[in-house]
Formats: sequence, structure tokens, C-alpha cells
Amino acid sequence: MNQKKFLKLMIVDDSNIMRRRIERSNQFDELELVGTAGNGIEALEMFRKMDPDVVTMDLTMPQMDGIECISKLVELKPAIRILVISALADKATAVEAMEKGANGFLNKPFTDRQLNEAIAELMR
Amino acid sequence: MLQEQELKTFVEGTTNYFEVAAQQPASIGSPYLTETPPAVHDYTGIISISGKREGVVYFTAPKAMLTVLLMKMQENDFSHETMRDLVGEVANTISGNARRDFGRDFVISVPSVLSGERPEIPQKPGSRSFVIPINWRSHSAKLIVSLT
Repeated sequence: MNQKKFLKLMIVDDSNIMRRRIERSNQFDELELVGTAGNGIEALEMFRKMDPDVVTMDLTMPQMDGIECISKLVELKPAIRILVISALADKATAVEAMEKGANGFLNKPFTDRQLNEAIAELMR
Repeated sequence: MLQEQELKTFVEGTTNYFEVAAQQPASIGSPYLTETPPAVHDYTGIISISGKREGVVYFTAPKAMLTVLLMKMQENDFSHETMRDLVGEVANTISGNARRDFGRDFVISVPSVLSGERPEIPQKPGSRSFVIPINWRSHSAKLIVSLT
């Protein structure tokens, strides 16, 4: 029997609206939401509990921002797949996020289609 | 003081936000300059700017407009907290998108949100603000940009 492989998803964003939006828009059955976090510190706590495989990561957040959190997550789990979802639209920030270990970058605002294309690319 | 091209960045950012997030374009009125703090609506999301520019960018909107915007975003939570979250997110998105033109030295804060009557908007004495009127469906809101 061909068994589907599930991947654990964590959503990190300081906006509840954005967290719900990303959860609602995700069209991938194989991505199972295991946790959400509102800043980098909460994300690291959630990571230790749930060991996610895929993360969507905001950058501008209180307490610990997304760039610092990406570095720490990649250190803890080098195979983790991280999609940055941020309003910060300058190229230098995207480059920095990728250099720290992010695998994709999606600017806010985004459509459902853009989000699902970015997730599909991330899981390829 | 904001230059015409810089102002265009915020106008385009506002247009793009409504087109993409609300799937319905907003009509943007003619921006105007004011030396007195502009009147605000029910909810105001404020982003402090530092780095190569200093000042504030804020988005202010009435509750009725935010409610419809949330509906268009498929939200079903219309609480006070969600309204606060939304104005903060709109201000954050438009300000963050402005870095496409301003670059990464245009440093934006996390949003702070004011609601209720006559909130105090932080503004440097003597600074002038550009008001960008936003008309969306039957509602009016404003984006205010005050940068040195």
C-alpha cells in the first residue's frame, strides 16, 4: 500500500489574522499543522515540542525577529524547510534570509495561489 | 520631507494591498499636506520608522470598513482584538513594502495600535504629514506618512 508521508507544519507570525489565513489557504493534505507561534522565542519553544519539518516565518516580530529565529532553527535541524512570509520587500532582506537558511521568500500581501505555489516549491 | 516619488511608493503600496488582500481595488484620493495632526478613525495602526529616515506611518480606518475587509479575507472573528490586529498588519505591510524603493535602511518597528476617541499619535513637533485618502467600497480610511 502506498502510504502518504505527512510533514509537520509550524506557522510563525505575530498576527493572528495572518496565522489563520496561512492555515486556511494551505491546500496540501500532506502538511499537518502542529503549532503556531507569535514570535521567535515562542517558535523555538514550539519547535522543541513538535519538531516541525516545514515552517512559514514572518520577519518583523517582537522579542525575537524572524532572521534570528531562522538561524537558530537551522542550527537545531539543518533539514528544516523555511518559507519566509514578510512585508519587507527589499532584496537585501530576502538575500539575508536565504543566507541564514530560509528556502523561499513570499512577500505580503499574497494571494492563496501565490502561497500554495511557494509551499509547493518549498516541498519539491 | 517626503519627495513626490517617495509618496508614490506609499500610494502604490496602498493600492496593491487592497487589490491583493481584499481582492477589490481601492480608489486613492489626492494626497495632501497638513501641519496639524489629522483626525483618525476608530482604529489606527502605527509603524515607527528609523534608520535613514525617521518618523511614523499610520493607517487609520473605521470599524465598519475593517469588518468588511475581514469578511473579504474569509475571517470570521470580528472582535476588538482582531480589528487591532488588522490595522497593525495593514500598516506593517504597506511600510514593509516601501523598502522595495527605500532599501533596508528604512527600518520599520512592529506595529502599535490605538483605538478609541482622540488617541495621541506620536509626531515630532513641527513635522508635516502627507495624508493619503483611501476610499474602498462605501468606506473611507487614511494612510498618513510623516517622515523627515
